Amino acid sequence: MAKVLMKGNEAIGAAAIKAGCKYFFGYPITPQNELPEFMSKELPKVEGVFVQAESEVAAINMIYGGAGTGARVMTSSSSPGMALKQEGISYIAGAELPCVIVNISRGGPGLGGIQPSQADYFMSTRGGGNGDYRHLVYAPATIQEAVDLTIEAFNVADYYRNPVLILADGMTGQMMEPVEFNEPTKRDLPAKDWATTGTKGKRKPNIINSLALDPAELEKHNWRLDAKYKDMEKKEVRHEMYQMDDAEVVFVAYGTTSRIVKNAVDALREEGIKAGLIRPITLWPFPMKAFTDIPESAKAIISVEMSTGQMVDDVKIANEGRLPVHFYGRPGGMIPSPEEIMKNAKEILGGVK
Amino acid sequence: MSVVFKKTEGLTDKQTHYCPGCTHGIIHRLVGEVLEELGVLGETVGVAPVGCSVLAYDYFNCDMHEAAHGRAPAVATGIKRILPKNVVFTYQGDGDLASIGTAEIIHAAHRSEKFTTIFVNNAIYGMTGGQMAPTTLIGQKATTAPLGRDAATTGMPLKMSEMLATIDGAVFVERVSVHNVPNIRKAKKAIKKAFEIQLEGKGFGIVEVLSTCPTNWGLTPVESLQWLEENMLPYYPLGNFRTPEEGK
Repeated sequence: MAKVLMKGNEAIGAAAIKAGCKYFFGYPITPQNELPEFMSKELPKVEGVFVQAESEVAAINMIYGGAGTGARVMTSSSSPGMALKQEGISYIAGAELPCVIVNISRGGPGLGGIQPSQADYFMSTRGGGNGDYRHLVYAPATIQEAVDLTIEAFNVADYYRNPVLILADGMTGQMMEPVEFNEPTKRDLPAKDWATTGTKGKRKPNIINSLALDPAELEKHNWRLDAKYKDMEKKEVRHEMYQMDDAEVVFVAYGTTSRIVKNAVDALREEGIKAGLIRPITLWPFPMKAFTDIPESAKAIISVEMSTGQMVDDVKIANEGRLPVHFYGRPGGMIPSPEEIMKNAKEILGGVK
Repeated sequence: MSVVFKKTEGLTDKQTHYCPGCTHGIIHRLVGEVLEELGVLGETVGVAPVGCSVLAYDYFNCDMHEAAHGRAPAVATGIKRILPKNVVFTYQGDGDLASIGTAEIIHAAHRSEKFTTIFVNNAIYGMTGGQMAPTTLIGQKATTAPLGRDAATTGMPLKMSEMLATIDGAVFVERVSVHNVPNIRKAKKAIKKAFEIQLEGKGFGIVEVLSTCPTNWGLTPVESLQWLEENMLPYYPLGNFRTPEEGK
């Protein structure tokens, strides 16, 4: 299929439709508006439905009901809106329903700003809603990867009966790149015999629910969910190792920041400094194993984020105290430059030596 | 021997958990009977609420989907938009619908979502232990209004049916009560009409049902029925507030 030039937000919408998503429920918030706008235009063409909800809270609950019918459903939002969706995501995870949620994130806290930020890492990977639950978090670095991961996300959601989050920032949402729409990886997907579509008088009623008043029953449910999450940790981790074979300084960065860090890695190597990058593609499950593959040459790790430091906690856990872990971040919607990242690495290497 | 009375197919055999004298059981039965009589149990998806009727999914003999506090109309919107040929209803209490879920019910009505809402108004929060609801009457005691509800600080009791009737998309709005047999019969008629309107695809329909809460009102079941009649009916007048014109 020929490549087409598309804006990130629209490309994600097109990828969802390619994956068989015909139902979108959302609420406007910058910088993700092109996604619901695209869906409102394109879904009627495939006999789908677009509903502009009255709030993010309503939108995620429309997704909860919609996912219950067994249909492929999607919503999107940006950081403050995602905060509102956490209630619904907890219910969807608790009731074990598949859906895809897109966060085109921006600076916070509170109303924050509208520039790209990575300060939703905790909310995305720690279960922003109540209770013990997890969901996959894909962090695409390019629009092509956003397209591929969106298509994949619907299969993964159906496979595990679990919500899947695409976490990109306003940069990925707003910029344009050439993309092509590829077929998803084949998976044997379970039948959706749990869906609430009416019994037709042929089966017992299906109940979609996350309530268990008996603590023994709820504990059992929690451990069963935990086993599912453990399975995801085994099978769904994705990451990229860039220039890592002989790296002395190991950057860890995802999404937009990873692209800037790649430029810094290349420029540092031109200056004779052996830099490398671990790029988590899944933020949850976090690529722990990548850190045991760090070569002997490594002297320091630097987590680079567009936040005051959130992923750095996972980097420290994954590193298990083997190497000094540093942090370099620009919060509030400020985008770091390769030069400032290089300067920071040189300072750290100077100190390490 | 002919059978003159039996349990409706619209309800399961599960024993309900409601307090003695509570009228949730009557309202459940009416909804179940209507779904059975309309022959739509196999096509129906009910959305269960939060509050006293949180376990309603165990009692209705059809597919059921639990919703978060107040969010039933949003969940029902998602279901009905994807399955327009199915019958979808929400069953909500006054805390659920008139407080935490006010936005959801108003906007579902505003979009004229083609599902049916059964709104049970007992003027108090039941399951959480008798706190003040938006529907609690002036002077009525509640655990969070120990001296009785005071309009000066808490506002007047919210009249949801009157408010919803101002919304164009709400094509059927009726308030009924289940405090005696004639009113139970009228309540069933209204519930049936609301579901028929959904089947005809006309738009959003809601039936507000005045209900009792002997436990949290601190009254016997019989006293509760009298209290409803004497106190709730004057403030919450029964009747139809909005109905689609015939033939339209």
